Amino acid sequence: MKSGPAAVPEPGAALERPKTFTTISGRPIAPLYTAADLAGWRYERDAADPGAFPYTRGIHPNGYRGKLWTMRQFAGFGTPEETNERYKQLLAAGGTGLSVAFDLPTLMGRDPDHSYSLGEVGKCGVSIASLADMERLFDGIALSDITTSMTINSPAPMIFAMYLVVAEQQGASWKTLSGTLQNDILKEFIAQKEYIFPPRPSMRLITDIFRFCADEVPKWNTISVSGYHIREAGATALQELAFTLRDGIEYVQWGIDAGLAVDDFVPRISFFFNAHSDFFEEIAKYRAARKIWARVMRDQFGAKDERSWKLRFHTQTAGVSLTAQQPYNNVVRTALQALSAVLGGTNSLHTNSLDEALSLPTTAAATLALRTQQVIAHESGVANIVDPLGGSYFLEKLTLDMESGAQAYFETIDRMGGMVAAIEQGFPQREIAESSYRFQQAVEAKDKIIVGVNGFVDDNEAPVPILYIDDSAADAQMARLHEVRARQDAGRVARALDALRAAARGADNTMYPLLECVRAYATVGQMCDALREVWGEWEEVPSI
Amino acid sequence: MRKIRVVIAKPGLDGHDRGAKVIARALRDAGMEVIYTGLRQTPEQIVAAALQEDADVIGLSILSGAHMHICPRLMALVRERKLDHVLVLVGGIIPDVDVPKLHEMGIAGVFLPGRPMQDIVDFINERIGAGTGAG
Repeated sequence: MKSGPAAVPEPGAALERPKTFTTISGRPIAPLYTAADLAGWRYERDAADPGAFPYTRGIHPNGYRGKLWTMRQFAGFGTPEETNERYKQLLAAGGTGLSVAFDLPTLMGRDPDHSYSLGEVGKCGVSIASLADMERLFDGIALSDITTSMTINSPAPMIFAMYLVVAEQQGASWKTLSGTLQNDILKEFIAQKEYIFPPRPSMRLITDIFRFCADEVPKWNTISVSGYHIREAGATALQELAFTLRDGIEYVQWGIDAGLAVDDFVPRISFFFNAHSDFFEEIAKYRAARKIWARVMRDQFGAKDERSWKLRFHTQTAGVSLTAQQPYNNVVRTALQALSAVLGGTNSLHTNSLDEALSLPTTAAATLALRTQQVIAHESGVANIVDPLGGSYFLEKLTLDMESGAQAYFETIDRMGGMVAAIEQGFPQREIAESSYRFQQAVEAKDKIIVGVNGFVDDNEAPVPILYIDDSAADAQMARLHEVRARQDAGRVARALDALRAAARGADNTMYPLLECVRAYATVGQMCDALREVWGEWEEVPSI
Repeated sequence: MRKIRVVIAKPGLDGHDRGAKVIARALRDAGMEVIYTGLRQTPEQIVAAALQEDADVIGLSILSGAHMHICPRLMALVRERKLDHVLVLVGGIIPDVDVPKLHEMGIAGVFLPGRPMQDIVDFINERIGAGTGAG
C-alpha cells in the first residue's frame, strides 16, 4: 500500500487534497510546528506539571494511574421501570455511574397528559412526572452507593427534590449523596432551547440550588456547565470553549451577587464538553479550559481554595458527527473522539452508540459503546501516562490559540454587559447559527468529507437493527399520573404550591417549599405551572 | 415572478433547531421567501401560518420521535383548510419503517440525516415550479 498523506480516491470520483488545511472548526493549520511557534510559551506558566496550577496538563498529579475516568453512559427511555432495567444492566456490565435522560415533557415541565406532550412521552428519555416515578426509577439501586448525573435544566430543582426524597426514603443521608445536576440554563437559551422561565428568574433558581447544596448536600455537583449542546448546535471548538467558560463565569458572578462566598460553591461547579472529530483541536480545547478557569477563579474572583481553581469535566462524544449512512463507521468516530477526551484529561465520559443518528440506542449498541471506553482504558496503554502529548509544539500552540481566542470572546461579551445580556441580545445564538451554516456549506461543497455521506458512499448498505419506541410508555405513564393525582391530599398540595409561589415572589430559597411539594406527590407540571404563574414563560424571537 | 414561499416550522417540544435554521437559510439563499415560525408550534399554529403567509411549502423539522402524532394532525388540518396544493416536507430522525406511512398520509418529501440541502432545494423547485403553486 502506498504510504504518505494522499487520500485514496473513490473509484470514479475526483477527491483532491484540500488547497487549505483547517481543523473541522475552520482554523488554518500550518504544515509543521516547531519551537519557533512557542516563542513566548513558558512551561511553568503555560503548562506546568499535572496537578499544579494552572492545570493545563491535568488536575491530578498521577492522571489516570490513580483512578480511571468514570464511564458514565447516559440512558433513559419509556417508563421508569424500563429505564431502571437498563441501569441495572449498565451497572452489571461495569458502568461506574448512572446518567439519567429525561423525556421532553419532563424537560419542559409538562405532565404526560398535557396537550403539548402528545407523542413525546418516554420517546427521548424517561418520563418522570412525580415522586412515584422517581421511586420506580431507582428501585433496587442504593443511592448511597452510586453517583448519578441528571440531565435536567429548567425543572432541575423539582427533579433534584424528588431524588433527595427517594434518598430520604432509602435512609441515605443527604450529606453523603454524590452526583451531578446539569442545571445549566444559559446553554439552553444559547443552544438547546429547553427553557421555561425567562433568563433572570431562571438564574435565581440556580443560585438557590448553590446555596441549598452548600448547606444540605455538600458533595453534590450543583451544575454542569455545558458546552456539549452549544457544539451540537453548530458552534466551533473555540465558540464552545468561550461560551461555556463565559457561562461558568456568569454563574459564579450571580452566586457571589446572591451573597455566597466564592469558595463555598465554586468547587461544586463542573463542566461538560463535546468530543468532536478533529482530534488535536479537541485536546487543546480541554487543556485551555482548565488553564483559563484556574486563572479566572484565582485572579479575577480571588478564590483561595484549590478546588475552586480545578476545572473538572464530563465529556460526551459528538452526537452530531454520527451518520445515518454506514452506521458502523460511527464506532470508529466515537473511539477516536473518546480517545481525544481521555488524552485531554476528562474526568468522566459517555460514548455514543453507533445507531444514534437513527434512534435511541439498542442494548447491544449501548454495550459496544461502553466497551469502546474499556478498550481505551485497559488495552491502549494511554491511561498509563499523564498528558502524554504535553510539550508537543503543535498541541501547545493550539492550546495557546484557544486561550487567546476565548479571551477575545470574553471581552466582546463583557462589553455587552455579561452573558445574560448577550443572550438577550441574541449574540451567541447568531454566532452559532453562522458557524453551523458555514459548516454545512463546506460539506455540500465537499470541502469537508464525511465518510459515507459525501464521499465513499455505498448504495447497498445493510440496515442496522434499531430500537423502536412505541406509545405503550405514554399509556402507562398517563395511567400512573391519574392514579397519583387521585391519591393526592388536595389541601396539602395546594398549601405546598402556595408556599412555592410565595418563595418565588420573595427571596426565600425555593428548594425547601419544592421538597414539601414533592413529598406531597405534586407533579412536575403542577410545580412548574406555579412558577409560570409568578414568572411567566420565555419566548425566543425566531430568527434565521 | 413570485418567489416560492416556504414556512419552516419546529413542531413539538424539542428545541434542537440547528437543522431547521440551516435549511431555512439554504432555501432563502436559493431565492425562496422563507418564514421561520420558531419553536414549539402546534399543528394548528403551523397551518394558520401557512394560510396567512400564502405558503407553497410547509417544511417540518422533527427529531424527537413525535412525527407519527404530529404529521397526521397537521395533514388533517391541511385538508380541512383546503391547502391541498401546499407541499408538505418533513426532515429529521425518522425510522425507515415510518417513511412510507408519512408518504401515505400526504407528506410529499421525507428527508433523513445526511441529505444535501441542494436535494431539498431541487425537490421544491421541481414540484412547485412545475405545479400549480408559484411558477
